[in-house]
Amino acid sequence: MAARVGVVIFPGTNCEHDVIQAVNGLGGTAELVWHGDTSVSGFDALILPGGFAHGDYLRPGAIAKFSPVMEAVSGFAADGGPVVGICNGFQVLTEAGLLPGALQKNRGLRFLCTSAEVRVETDRSVLTSGIAPGTVLSIPINHFEGNFTCDAETLALLQADDRVILRYVDNPNGSIDAIAGVCNAARNVVGLMPHPERASDPLTGSVDGAELLRSLLASALATASADVA
Amino acid sequence: MPPAETFSVLVEVRLRPGIADPQGATIERALPALGLNGIVGVRAGKVFRFDIVAEDEAEALAQGTVVADRVLANPVIEESSVTITGKPVSG
Repeated sequence: MAARVGVVIFPGTNCEHDVIQAVNGLGGTAELVWHGDTSVSGFDALILPGGFAHGDYLRPGAIAKFSPVMEAVSGFAADGGPVVGICNGFQVLTEAGLLPGALQKNRGLRFLCTSAEVRVETDRSVLTSGIAPGTVLSIPINHFEGNFTCDAETLALLQADDRVILRYVDNPNGSIDAIAGVCNAARNVVGLMPHPERASDPLTGSVDGAELLRSLLASALATASADVA
Repeated sequence: MPPAETFSVLVEVRLRPGIADPQGATIERALPALGLNGIVGVRAGKVFRFDIVAEDEAEALAQGTVVADRVLANPVIEESSVTITGKPVSG
């Protein structure tokens, strides 16, 4: 049985086909979901890919949170469905309140387009469930606003609850506590700045991102079978 | 019920104190090129202007505050202030 993955696109999203190719290559079945859709039924997992939703006007993700599909995404997440936001998708999920914190401009005001080493900090999330904590992955980053920030209270909560799922080895954007990815309290909603879909084929120099997507597909099937049971 | 009036609204959005402002810092570092060496604490922000049709100033302020809090500012990193700047001369 193949996990059905909905790839949610907004006007300005531009990484959806990379995500679809990566998911399909790993045995999943990916399908586009338009931001104007009001239902995400039939999917086992959702991915919000990178890009510039609604042109990133106002702030990245600020307008996307009002797209009709976001109510369905929130409902899917509330029911325990795996939801992953990559890069701009991470920004959308924080703006929509599905994940804590915010992504501000990179320290040094540099647009970063490079390969980054990130350490898996926990296997307790839908995106890292199959990876031993401490594993270092090489995955591309490609962002201007990837500098994760939150207030001290939120940071303490994320640390105490083991909700920092990925940290940069060499914090390239100034993120607080070198955070590259976090999850929600229920551990089924995940956001990360690195692009795992761009490290899912030997042609791109690294297949480390495929490890994360494989975990997501496994989590999706586990959630789906739990629903049936 | 009084007739609806149009109020001009100004919303200022600022980064919260303590949130790094690389844009403001970059502007500040450029100022010595003008020969101005005593300018410190530059912070970048955003200003929005719009008109609201409301029954009175209090209602216009309340609506403007909703727009500021729900859309224009991200409370995690930003704070905002809402001011009624008057009534437009022409509608």
